[in-house]
Amino acid sequence: MAQEFFDIFPLCSRRSHEAVGPGAISFAASMVGITHGPVLWIAEQRQNEHLHPGGLIQFCDPGRLLFAYGKTHMDVLWIAEEVLRSKSVSLVIAQLSTDIGLTEGRRLQLAAEAGRATGLFLLPQGMGSNAAETRWHCAPIHDCNNSDSTLFDWRCIKNKSGTTGQWIVNWNDTAHHINLVAQTGQRARQQAQAG
Amino acid sequence: MLTHFHKNAQRIYCLNRKAEKAGLSRDMSFADARAMYPDLISDLADPIGDLGFLRVLVRWAERYCPFAGVDGTNGLLLDISGAAHLFGGEQAMLDDLFARFQRAGLSPAIAIADTRGAAWAMSRYGQKSHYGSKQQSGAIIEAGGSLPALANLPVAALQLADKTIHSLRRLGISTIHDLSQIPRVTLTRRFGASLLLQLDRASGAQPDPIELQKHQVGFAARMTLPEPIGLSEDVLGIVGRLMHAICKKLETAHMGARRLRLSAQRVDQNTVYAEIGLARPLRDAERMTNLFSRSVEAMDAGFGIERIRLEVIEAESLKLTQISHIDKKAAASDALADLISRIGNRVGFENIVRYLPAQSHIPEKSFLVAAAAYSEAAENWHPAGERPLSIFPPESIGATGASPPQYFRWRNMPLTLVEAIGPERLLPEWWLDNSDWRSGMRDYWRVQTKQGRRLWLFFTPQNPNWFVQGEFA
Repeated sequence: MAQEFFDIFPLCSRRSHEAVGPGAISFAASMVGITHGPVLWIAEQRQNEHLHPGGLIQFCDPGRLLFAYGKTHMDVLWIAEEVLRSKSVSLVIAQLSTDIGLTEGRRLQLAAEAGRATGLFLLPQGMGSNAAETRWHCAPIHDCNNSDSTLFDWRCIKNKSGTTGQWIVNWNDTAHHINLVAQTGQRARQQAQAG
Repeated sequence: MLTHFHKNAQRIYCLNRKAEKAGLSRDMSFADARAMYPDLISDLADPIGDLGFLRVLVRWAERYCPFAGVDGTNGLLLDISGAAHLFGGEQAMLDDLFARFQRAGLSPAIAIADTRGAAWAMSRYGQKSHYGSKQQSGAIIEAGGSLPALANLPVAALQLADKTIHSLRRLGISTIHDLSQIPRVTLTRRFGASLLLQLDRASGAQPDPIELQKHQVGFAARMTLPEPIGLSEDVLGIVGRLMHAICKKLETAHMGARRLRLSAQRVDQNTVYAEIGLARPLRDAERMTNLFSRSVEAMDAGFGIERIRLEVIEAESLKLTQISHIDKKAAASDALADLISRIGNRVGFENIVRYLPAQSHIPEKSFLVAAAAYSEAAENWHPAGERPLSIFPPESIGATGASPPQYFRWRNMPLTLVEAIGPERLLPEWWLDNSDWRSGMRDYWRVQTKQGRRLWLFFTPQNPNWFVQGEFA
């Protein structure tokens, strides 16, 4: 189980990935946290909602992030492609409000290959392009048996080269990595075995 | 004599002393003048050329003092405070200046005064009487003596609007002395504050700061082609050659370009422009040429381009640095700067930003958003308590109680509270007026809902209401 997760989780480089759901931003932030070097975060023209460096700091150094705002959907895709191709950043995150078409998705995938970078596209629920390597559904969850307040439910709902799955994880903000949290049922069993 | 087209007629722009003696004057209609003297020698005025000549004179005048500049369309302004003694006093300086001008075939009117207004008035209007008498290089007004010295000059010497001069003349006030005799209150009531301001500036009662525009050394290159061209590769090739020339100039001046403009004149005499900005001062011909490729491709060449000019609009100082082949970090930051330039040229440099820490406990003001091209990445980030990952303008959830609501709706989602950690009380910055904080202090709570969402709520005790302002995931 754990093996499967760490096979796909630090999202593989030279590919474009997608994340949907209410926890997509923290998914992207933890991706930033486990990589190195500058990261470009692209969004459509300044929205009301934006990242807060005070919250970002538990995932990564906010100074590593550059933000680019495109006027239109096409601008965002253009910037994403340009940056993926440029070989000067290793991770590109783009927040989109409309779907990526087949052609655009494929272009972005090719750009990621050419620039040896990882692309991560944050999309509204239910959207996505066929060209993406993996697609994740992310949501924060609450577990009444677990006092930990930073649990996430990450589901890989599309994987081009492997199986999909569902994992409960949390972010370790001192060691800067993702911990896999055993699910309630399994934990009960483990405790029974130990007891 | 020179003429120009002004107020719907060909008028006299400038004339020599002989013409002046014959009764002609400035702004007189050219037709009238020619009627009086049919054998008048005249030519069209060239104000742009004049300005160029004045600029040359400014550079020459810097031999007298560092603050030299162009004043209006026909004057030079030199701030000689602290420089006169180098030439043996003001009189000696004046004589020297005058002699040099005369040797060059110019007949200048020069005045030295302790205010700019007085010097202007004296040089324009003061010396008419001296012309006939004998050789005099110019006028010097002693310190503090501006008003008596200007007393006999016409009011026009105060650089007033035409309308004001006319109405003053109609009132019988023709000299500055007349003007200074009138009670100030009545003058202000009739003509507004600007008239007295000009008078006070000339007399030294009001400060008149001098701002001189330093003429900047330009970096530009152009090429005229024997045959018009139309292919974007050809244009880029020429841009590359021009860029090399400019970069060489920039290097000798220790400057780097920040903004460049390419103007291409087409066969049909229209000019098309392309402009690029750079994320940092640069003088690397190849990298800058590459940045032009996108805009050159978008350029409409029409029937062909026959002249190309490339100029640096904004330049910043850029010191020579040691080039190293092992320094990978520099290469990476160069690549990133190029990337910022490329993105900035498409979406605007204000749209590529980075966060910088700011000294404020107000959550939405605890960071600054700075254009990436004009800032450096900051490293001193300190966590200020638990803050959400994303924030947005406060959204009311319609609850009013003092404790966090057990059930609430937010963005059309029914949410049930499981745990609330807080309060963290933040007070508005009373020394700044912030309309978002009008409702007074805020008690912030970190709220875990049963549905999973972790929200950042606040309560305003002085104005009971609950809001959602951020989300932790």
